[in-house]
Amino acid sequence: MANDTTPILEMRGITKTFPGVKALSDVTLSVSRGEVHAICGENGAGKSTLMKVLSGVYGHGTYEGDIVFEGETCRFRTVRDSEERGIVIIHQELALSPYLSIAENIFLGNERARGGVINWAQTNKQAADLLARVGLSESPDTKIEDIGVGKQQLVEIAKALSKKVKLLILDEPTAALNDEDSAHLLDLIRHLKGQGITSIIISHKLNEIAAIADSTTIIRDGHSIETLDMHGAEPVTEDRIIRGMVGRDLENRFPSHEPTIGDEVLRIANWTVHHPTDHSRVVVDRADLDVRAGEIVGIAGLMGAGRTELAMSIFGRSYGSGISGQLFLHGKPVTLKTVDAAIEHGIAYATEDRKHYGLNLIEDIKRNTSAAKLKRITKGGVVDAAREVIMAEQYRKDMKTKANSVDVVVGKLSGGNQQKVVLAKWLFAEPEVLILDEPTRGIDVGAKYEIYEIINKLADAGKAVIVISSELPELLGICDRIYAMSQGRITGQLPRAEASQESLMRYMTMEKSGATR
Amino acid sequence: MSATTTLEQPKAQPEPPRKNDGGSLKAYLGQNIQQYGMIAALLVIIAIFQVTTDGLMLNPDNIAALIQQNAYVFILAIGMVMVIVAGHIDLSVGSVVAFVGGICAILMTDFELSWPVAVAISIAIGGLVGCWQGFWVAYVGIPAFIVTLGGMLLFRGLAIVVLDQTVAGLPDGFKKISNGSLSPVAGYLGNLDGITVFIGVFAFVGLAVAQVRARRELNKLELHTEPFAAFVGKLVLAALAIGALTYLLASSAGGTPIVLIIVGVLVLIYTFLMNNTIFGRHIYAMGGNLPAAMLSGVKTKRVNFLIFVNMGLLAGVAAVITTSRAGAGIAAAGTNYELDAIAAAFIGGTSVNGGIGKITGAIIGALIMGVLNMGLSIMGTDPAYQQVIKGLVLIAAVALDILNKRRGK
Repeated sequence: MANDTTPILEMRGITKTFPGVKALSDVTLSVSRGEVHAICGENGAGKSTLMKVLSGVYGHGTYEGDIVFEGETCRFRTVRDSEERGIVIIHQELALSPYLSIAENIFLGNERARGGVINWAQTNKQAADLLARVGLSESPDTKIEDIGVGKQQLVEIAKALSKKVKLLILDEPTAALNDEDSAHLLDLIRHLKGQGITSIIISHKLNEIAAIADSTTIIRDGHSIETLDMHGAEPVTEDRIIRGMVGRDLENRFPSHEPTIGDEVLRIANWTVHHPTDHSRVVVDRADLDVRAGEIVGIAGLMGAGRTELAMSIFGRSYGSGISGQLFLHGKPVTLKTVDAAIEHGIAYATEDRKHYGLNLIEDIKRNTSAAKLKRITKGGVVDAAREVIMAEQYRKDMKTKANSVDVVVGKLSGGNQQKVVLAKWLFAEPEVLILDEPTRGIDVGAKYEIYEIINKLADAGKAVIVISSELPELLGICDRIYAMSQGRITGQLPRAEASQESLMRYMTMEKSGATR
Repeated sequence: MSATTTLEQPKAQPEPPRKNDGGSLKAYLGQNIQQYGMIAALLVIIAIFQVTTDGLMLNPDNIAALIQQNAYVFILAIGMVMVIVAGHIDLSVGSVVAFVGGICAILMTDFELSWPVAVAISIAIGGLVGCWQGFWVAYVGIPAFIVTLGGMLLFRGLAIVVLDQTVAGLPDGFKKISNGSLSPVAGYLGNLDGITVFIGVFAFVGLAVAQVRARRELNKLELHTEPFAAFVGKLVLAALAIGALTYLLASSAGGTPIVLIIVGVLVLIYTFLMNNTIFGRHIYAMGGNLPAAMLSGVKTKRVNFLIFVNMGLLAGVAAVITTSRAGAGIAAAGTNYELDAIAAAFIGGTSVNGGIGKITGAIIGALIMGVLNMGLSIMGTDPAYQQVIKGLVLIAAVALDILNKRRGK
């Protein structure tokens, strides 16, 4: 590897300014031929901007500095220019057309055609070859909407391969994938490396970076801080990377917390949920769960285990059909048929997908904050606008949301700050039970720590908190007790002291046993 | 919508000190360019016509006529903004105007009801029409485009059934709604109508007091306010606009058209409804992100239903005004009214994707279309070219809006 000592890519002195903000300042990046190069940095550090400069999304002339690719200074004006040179970027939000087939997507904009007429035989044949290269055994004429996110990611890579990619850029490729798909994807990247394809990978998952990267460049506040050789004499630990990203030692990734646990607040018994359209499918199977005041309870599970479905079915039956079982609040049975009723009864559910289900991105912070319980600031249906501003401002300060005022449109905030607005919105609703679904997904290490602190504070204020997370260290770091789910069933619960990644994983992978209905 | 450009703050930087004046005047204008852009466009169009029509454009009687001719657009546009903000469309309002207008005329002639009773029943029937459409949209889940396209045919057909011939001979009191003016109860100041001057002064003082109070409250709480210069500038502009309108109307033959009062009151009520009530908030929330609104406890079906009931009620009001203006129930009335209302909403900055839009914006949009109509008519432009020009203006207005947003990103 990397016998050719000249780097395949050098970016020198890249400076990119947006009105009022310097997003990149004199950034240098050097990528060796045939390596996997990771780029780390907090959200808003400038990683994506740098990659957009490289791939021509921000064309030549809109930034300062030089891009040297394979020894030639390049001036990409459009994405097409960079793709012609073999630089392909795969964005975090996949750019596939759901109703077209895999083959059609692979050659979209690059059709196998003569005189505008598509050669289907060639299209499907070449697509099948590419799919074999990425290890995807789907038929090329399968529609994109019919395959999962993990496979869609592979289609994106096949599409990149069809463009004779030399440098593949992956922006958060595993953010939406489960562990199995992630592992497969990382294997594929390694495999492509063997075929001489250089990769740049942007990821928040430091364990992945440690596993796959040959070198890691850290970007902080729009500056390139350092490039670490991952195979050097001194092993690069996750903590070492974090130190570079935040510019300080995070001696502890999780704030310490001494819980004060009170009475039971929420309990469900024999809780069963069926699929909303396929009524015969059981999604949550006879689940029992309880959470006490001041307690932080985790729910671990692999993708499809039914965690989100369980949470949303509790939250005013916002998911599922044929829901049966009992729900007790403070020991009393209640029936919550609507989201409105759930909120009235002090239950809040902060979604795992803040952009699609959590926030109104075109609206400002204050209106998002008040959205779930406008009644708090209204009299006779009329909103007290001044009170709204004051209260939203108070929550903004409590959450340390970085914005000049509560008039800022939420869509312009970073992921971490958006997540804080989501939390503010649900705290504003004054819940007793707070269900947080993947509360730190896609946000950076520093902001994660702040979110953990907020969660601890909520528990200290006597709220019952349920945290759903795919990151086991996170659950082990913040929860007092952890439930594990597998295939719709709660397969076990462990107090923090007894839980470990291994023990949880055993419960999370437990197969359905014998008698099921 | 304030397009404050707050990109992510670099982490290490301390938070900038919070300024109380909301930043520079320039930045403020930049953020609100869309809103003021349309007002500026309106003023430019008026100025151009004032020159090309040798001053006839701002002739007092023409201004009164402008308001009376376009009252139906203002009223329909109010409801249409709400429909579009929620992510729907209503293609049926023109037909509903004809249908309800026909019933209104028949109630006064064949049924010999007094005109106030007929008006009340007509508006209620408009509400029932809204219930019908709202039911299909909200509870059955048929896209509003389809439901109201069906409604467009359905109610036009029913209008023809109701009015097998034009029904004229409506009471004078009824005809006065759209054609009459407030009686000069306050006498005259020189040649100015006293009641009109009083209303103008009252309107400005009311506006100024409300604005000053709101600003003082924000300042007291040390919260973000617009720059002082912008605040004063806005008040001065409002004074000039209200003053000019008052002067023109007070020196017109009739004084204040009655429909102006109706429109004014409706604009006030609905602006308040959209900005300050839970119902209004829920409309914006649903248009901005429907799933998020559902998960915030918004009863989306009910809100959708009410939006269409409201559109029906306003179509009922527009039907009364249209019938009054014509002095007769006509089956072909209201043709293309839905397009006028939709165009007014979009020219006034309502987002095609929903979630964004203001009542006042739609009123300005309607005024732009109305002024174009009147100016081109005074100039004697061929009606065919009038249509061409209005079509281009609609496209240009929305294109500017989109380009402006793209630049803001």
